[in-house]
Order: sequence, then structure tokens, then C-alpha cells
Amino acid sequence: METLLQQTVNGLVVGSVYALIALGYTMVYGILGLINFAHGDVLMVGALVALEAIRLIQLHAPELGLVPTLLAGLAVAVVVCMILGYTIERTAYRRLRNAPRLAPLITAIGVSFLLQTLAMIVWGRNYHTFPQLVSTTPVEPIAGVFITPVQIVILVVSAVLMIGLVLLVNKTRLGRAMRATAENHRVASLMGVDTNKIIAATFVIGSALAAVAGVMYSSNYGIAHYAMGFMPGLKAFTAAVLGGIGNLAGAMLGGIVLGLVESIGAGYIEDMSFGFLNSSYQDIFAFLILGIVLIFRPTGLLGERVADRA
Amino acid sequence: MNELALAIPWLGKRNPAAARWVVMALAIGAPLIAMLFGKTWVRILDFALLYVMLAIGLNLVVGFAGLLDLGYIAFYAVGAYTFAFLASPHFELHLPFWLVIPIGAACAALAGIILGLPTLRLRGDYLAIVTLGFGEIVRIFLNNLNHPVNITNGPQGINMVDPLVLFGWDISRPLKIGDEITVNSLFLYYYVFLAFVALSVVLVQRLQVSRVGRAWAAIRDDELAAKAIGINTRNMKLLAFSLGATFGGAAGGLFAAFQGFVSPESFSLMESIAILTMIVFGGMGNLAGVIVGALTLTALPEILRYVAVPVQERLFGHVLLDPEVLRMLLLSLAMIFMMLLRPAGMIPAHSRYSKPELVVGKTAAEAAK
Repeated sequence: METLLQQTVNGLVVGSVYALIALGYTMVYGILGLINFAHGDVLMVGALVALEAIRLIQLHAPELGLVPTLLAGLAVAVVVCMILGYTIERTAYRRLRNAPRLAPLITAIGVSFLLQTLAMIVWGRNYHTFPQLVSTTPVEPIAGVFITPVQIVILVVSAVLMIGLVLLVNKTRLGRAMRATAENHRVASLMGVDTNKIIAATFVIGSALAAVAGVMYSSNYGIAHYAMGFMPGLKAFTAAVLGGIGNLAGAMLGGIVLGLVESIGAGYIEDMSFGFLNSSYQDIFAFLILGIVLIFRPTGLLGERVADRA
Repeated sequence: MNELALAIPWLGKRNPAAARWVVMALAIGAPLIAMLFGKTWVRILDFALLYVMLAIGLNLVVGFAGLLDLGYIAFYAVGAYTFAFLASPHFELHLPFWLVIPIGAACAALAGIILGLPTLRLRGDYLAIVTLGFGEIVRIFLNNLNHPVNITNGPQGINMVDPLVLFGWDISRPLKIGDEITVNSLFLYYYVFLAFVALSVVLVQRLQVSRVGRAWAAIRDDELAAKAIGINTRNMKLLAFSLGATFGGAAGGLFAAFQGFVSPESFSLMESIAILTMIVFGGMGNLAGVIVGALTLTALPEILRYVAVPVQERLFGHVLLDPEVLRMLLLSLAMIFMMLLRPAGMIPAHSRYSKPELVVGKTAAEAAK
């Protein structure tokens, strides 16, 4: 029972990070119908830039406290990723907006690998230890469940950001324009919406969320690496599909569900398979869920779009 | 063989027969030329031919049937591991290669059907992600199936895989003709691979103009319309997956025999992407383009390795970008810029899929004249 509770908490934490990343996928998909393959790598860039910034601050201004250092690193990462997201949209995707559907997808894969290669050139192939500025020693166990301060911060920050995004999309002028563009580009532009600007804004917002997710991910696990974006990116995409791609609430739900399944699954996989499989198979859950969802309920849990769009 | 003539752009259009002879002469003479630059280049050519086979197989799925497969390397892995299981000391089995390669290809085809069945309804981006996941699952299993029962020997992989033995003649040993001439085994492998590639080219070419090939083209261009004119899209898609996988499986078997060992790291996502880039670069759906793409993108990083490393040493005093990074950089840039600037590839596919002489009545192009 305690294992179950503990894995539930871990799952919630990981799941909320997935949910943040999934929001980026789902917003872009909702508006452009494009899987932004490079989204996971934006996350990686965010984490590594934050790492670099924190190192610099610690070197030149060590008197700054832990939390301000982290916040400053985060701010730098968010800004860099916003610029990066804008650049990617402007240079790689905009020209292909009316091309056959395979073309932007292949470009997106190219951008993803380009980012990884550039990161490899700048930061090398090694794993970097990410300074854990928020403590990772668990607080007093509640009902036998350990939770660390960094996990609490992750839960709170993601909740705040998600609420903020929902408010942005539903209450503001920009959000209304985004929804209109998602519904129909041409009609939206006839109504006076500058769709190019809105699409760019979507990429910028998604990238900012990815940067925050990247910093939280690295703070939680204590490492950063040039290929670290791939797995969370893929899982977040799975989460977006699970919730119903193009649907904001769906992405959040999908992220949480995926995190829970993965973490509880990893805790019990050894017993379930009679010792044949162990927790190194954890990554398989995401793919299995993705497959099952696409076969039985391609519109996802909350449903929005159908899967067989070419 | 008209398709192949297009590999030489200028000559191919004007004098296909001559172009065809040039292509054949080049194919046969290439290792001799490569030998002038050293044995490594012959080895690179051998690998290039394996990539050509993979590209031909992936082109069947992506270029002909329009199903974007990002996990294609998994079939290569299935073929390679099947070979390693059945012809190495790992399980104490040493079956002959003419048995193992077809078994490997068949296993890969089966894997293709297993992947194809659940993904029949998906197209485009969704399919890409699911196939990517499939490739990763295969790799995760290869990496971890050494416990509790050792099947794949985990990350270390399987060593001492048997070489190719053709009718009692081990081609991993140099061939001695008379007393003077010895032919290096790299050459022997080259010609064996070339034979496989030639066979694949002929098969795929016949397939493309067949009923099946035209059905694939129809599905690629408009699935709903294809269904409406009575094409069994389910079977045709499964066929595309399994046939494409067959080529991957056969190439995998050859790879295992050639390299002598297999390990999961040869079958990473990067390799799937590399093969995809080759066909995108050369020209999706076009055999000549795919072959040229595969050869170029295998050879180019190697050439860079020999050019860029000394240049960097002279300029900066040390190696800034190692060859592996250069390869990734080249592949990713190729993918982005080809899509932006020349989306049909270096040698674009024809707009018509069947042989012109088989088309009844005037085609649109002729009617326009």
C-alpha cells in the first residue's frame, strides 16, 4: 500500500512535467496540425541554458541566494527558448505551411536532430550534473510517503502555469485569436486576425513552457544531457494523444495519467511479469499506451480530432 | 532498368542505354577505384550497399505507399539478430546462410505485419510516432533481454557471428587465385552485396509497375479514392509493411555476417532517421534517387572525415567537430534544406507510375501539347 502511495506521488510529479510539455505539442497541433518534433529538444536547450546561466551566476555572484539563482537561470532559459521557438517557426515551418503533410514533419525531425547536434557541439556528449538548488532531501513522511521540496515546487509551478495558460486561452484577446486560428486559418484572417503572428505566439508560449519543464525535469533528476529531450518529448506527445490532441485539458489529463501509469507500472512490473521484466522496461509503457489509445480510441480520452488525418 | 539510367541526370535522359552501361560499369568497378584510396574505402562501399538495400526497402513503405515509418531500423535489427541467433556460438547453432537470411527476412516481414496490423488506420504524423515507438521498443528489448534468461546478451550484443559461406567457400577469408593474386574478402562481400542489391532493384522495379505498385501509389495519393475504386487498402498496406521489412531483414542478416557481431547500439533511432534522410535527399518514390541518396549520404560523411579533420587541425590546432557530429549535422541539415528548397529530392520521381507503353490513351502531358 505504501509503495502504491509513494508511486502515485512520484507519478503525479512526473506527470505534471509531462503535462506541461504536452501543452506545447497540443497547442501547435491544434493550430497547425503539425507534430513539432523539435519540442522535446527545446526542453533540452532550456535545461542546458539554465545550467550554463546558473554556473555563471555561481561563479561571478556567489552571494546571490539559491532561489534567486535558480529563478535567474530559469528566466534566461525561458527567454532563450522563446527566441528559439520563434526562430524555428519562422525559418523551418512557415514556408511549409501549405506543403504536403510529410514535408513539415520531416523538417521537424531535421530540426530536432539539428538542435541535438548543436547542443552536442556546445555542451559535449557527457551528462552534466544539474545543481539541485531546491532541496531534494524528503520532508517528514506523511502516511509513510516521502516527498521532496523540489517535487512540491514542481507540482505547484505546473499547476500555476496550467491554470495561467487556460486563462490566457479562454479569457484574453490573444487566446480568442488562437482559438479562432485553430478553428480555421482563413476565416480567422478574414476576421482581422494576424494568423502569422498568432502562430508565432503559439510557438513562443509552447517553448516557454518547455523551458520551465526542462529546468524542473533537470532539477528533479539532477542531470542534463544533449539527448535528454527525446524521451520526455515522446512521452509528452503520447500524453497529448492520450488526452485528445488539440485539447488543452486533454493534454493535462493525459500527462497526469501517463505519469501515474508509468510510475505505478514500473513499481509493479516485476511482480506482474513474474520477474521476467524489470523497471528498465519503464519506457515501454508510454509506447504501449500510445498504441492502445490509437487503436481503440484515436480521439483520446477527452476527444477532439480524429487520428486518420493524412 | 530505365529507372537506374536516371541516376546520371544528363546522360540518362538522352541516352538511357549508355547511362545504364555506365551505371553497371561503375557498380562493378567501384571497389577497384576505392582500393586506390585504401582498404577502408572498400569497407565503406560495402556498408554503402547495405544502406542502399535499406533505403530501397524503406522507399517501398514511404515512397511508394506513403506510410512514414520511423522505426525501420527495427527490421534491420530483427534480421541481424536472427542471423546472430542461428549462426553463432551464442546458441551453438551454425545454420548455413542461404537458410538464415530467408528466415531473418521472414521474421522481419512478420514483424512488419505485427507493426502494420494495429496501425492500419493511422496515417502521416501519428503513424510516424507509433513506428518510432515500435523501433524503440525493439531496441529496449534487445538491450534488456539478458535477464533472467539470456537471449540477446544485452548491451554487449552477440559476438563471433558466422561469416557468409557460399557453398563451402568462406568469403571472409581472402581468395587466392593462383599464387600471385589474392582478393581481399572486402571485395568478395562487395560483390555479394551487389548481387543482393541488384536483385532488390529488379524486384522493386517490377513491383512498382505491377498492380500492387499502382495500388500503393493510389493509396499514397488518396486513400479514400483508392478504397472507392476497389483497392483493398488493408491488405495493400500490410503488404507494403511486410515487403519493406523483408528487405530490411535481409540487409540485417548480411550486416551481421559482415560485421561479425551485433549489438543494440547499431539500431538506434538515429539510423532510422539516417535512412529516411537518404531517401528524402535522393528523391522519395524514385529508385535511382534513393540509391544515389544512400550512396551520397554514406560516402559524404566519410569524405568529410578525411577532409574536415585535417583542415580543423590546421585551422584550430585541434579537432573541433568530430566526424560523428559532422555526420549528424550533415544529415539534419540535409533533411531541413531538402524539404525547404527541393522537396522532391535530387532526382524527383515521375508523376506517372506505370510504364508509358502500358498506358492506354493519351496521358495528360501528351494531351496538353
